[in-house]
Amino acid sequence: MNDGADITSHIPRLRRYARALTGDISAADDLVQDTLERAWRRLALWRAGSDLRAWLFTIMHNIFVNQLRADPRKLAQAGELTGADVSHATPQEDRLILRDLSKALGNLPHDQREVLLLIGLEQMTYEEAAKIIGIPVGTVMSRLSRGREQLRALMSGIGAVVQLKVVK
Amino acid sequence: MTLPDSTLPESDLHAYVDGRLAEDRRREVDQFLATHPEDMERARVYQEQNQALHALFDGVLSEPLPTQWQNPRRGWKSLVKPVAAAALWIVIGGWLGWSLRGTYNGRSAATIPFARQAATAHAVYTPEVRHPVEVTAAEEEHLVNWLSKRLGNRLQVPHLSSLGYELVGGRLLPGEQGPVAQFMYQEKNGQRLTLYVKTDVKAQRETAFRFAQEGNVSVFYWIDHRLSYALSGELRKDDLLRIANVVYEKLNP
Repeated sequence: MNDGADITSHIPRLRRYARALTGDISAADDLVQDTLERAWRRLALWRAGSDLRAWLFTIMHNIFVNQLRADPRKLAQAGELTGADVSHATPQEDRLILRDLSKALGNLPHDQREVLLLIGLEQMTYEEAAKIIGIPVGTVMSRLSRGREQLRALMSGIGAVVQLKVVK
Repeated sequence: MTLPDSTLPESDLHAYVDGRLAEDRRREVDQFLATHPEDMERARVYQEQNQALHALFDGVLSEPLPTQWQNPRRGWKSLVKPVAAAALWIVIGGWLGWSLRGTYNGRSAATIPFARQAATAHAVYTPEVRHPVEVTAAEEEHLVNWLSKRLGNRLQVPHLSSLGYELVGGRLLPGEQGPVAQFMYQEKNGQRLTLYVKTDVKAQRETAFRFAQEGNVSVFYWIDHRLSYALSGELRKDDLLRIANVVYEKLNP
């Protein structure tokens, strides 16, 4: 059915977000799997015409938070993210910097990491991110601000400066 | 309104980084940053963080999906609705087919000319500021390998730096008969070109350049070695032809 096909088209982005959030390939794919199963079961509850992507990300957020609650150690010790893709065609020096970044990202508190990724990676608006996480926009802004600043501090602590190529 | 000399609200700095400010406000923040190097530095680092996140994780988007995700487990109950819906569509389709018989003389009504598809894709993606491409030119090798694999044909990306156009990157798009690749180029002044490429299994031939005008978008298109190409740009016909000739030469050295 159409709704099903639409869900499918969102999977790659859900998977990218899950990978960045959990920092682990199989944990991320489990998270996507759980999200899809819940979404398929509850498709009848989704209001046609509302934003399907936001709905799917909300489901993923809820599952992620529940998993954290059930086993806080599981992701609190994420440390260096292993799910990041620092392989193909990335020049050596960029690769090292990206590895540092993924490490720093893994050291962020999960609530800051979530906001940082929804906005910086998934390019959601602040309002969309607030709705998905279920917090006021002001809280999104303060988590974003702390997350970015902490990432900057962690990166400079590692001693690297991100110098990625900017495509003109 | 100009900013008081000493304050920039924190939320504006982030909205600036994320491209969420209105044009007027963005210009004001630009001016503010020009005289506040610390804030300027923060904005730069935050922007780099965003770029680095994409560099780290965008590769995930092109990974093949596990089959169970495309067809999730379902109980028999959840099958009732789709089956009923499918049956309904079959009935509607039959009725439509019957009532429309003879309307189209055997020609598929859905076929959109290749040049128009290319022009449409050009018009959709070239205005994008933040996501003009899925994979950027920084990962050119990966980009070409990925798109070649999806199109089932070895692709080449012509470099057009000699004409002042740099490769921005590319993306995969759905075409009528399968995947299509789109490469995007940009000139210093922001003018963008796209090269739209699809596999054409039936065509074992070459054709001359053909020209089409779709609104503001000029398109030159041709077939060469089982691939159909369309070069689109908001340029005058002769200017685009000059570029199309270079593209053709680069593809056939």
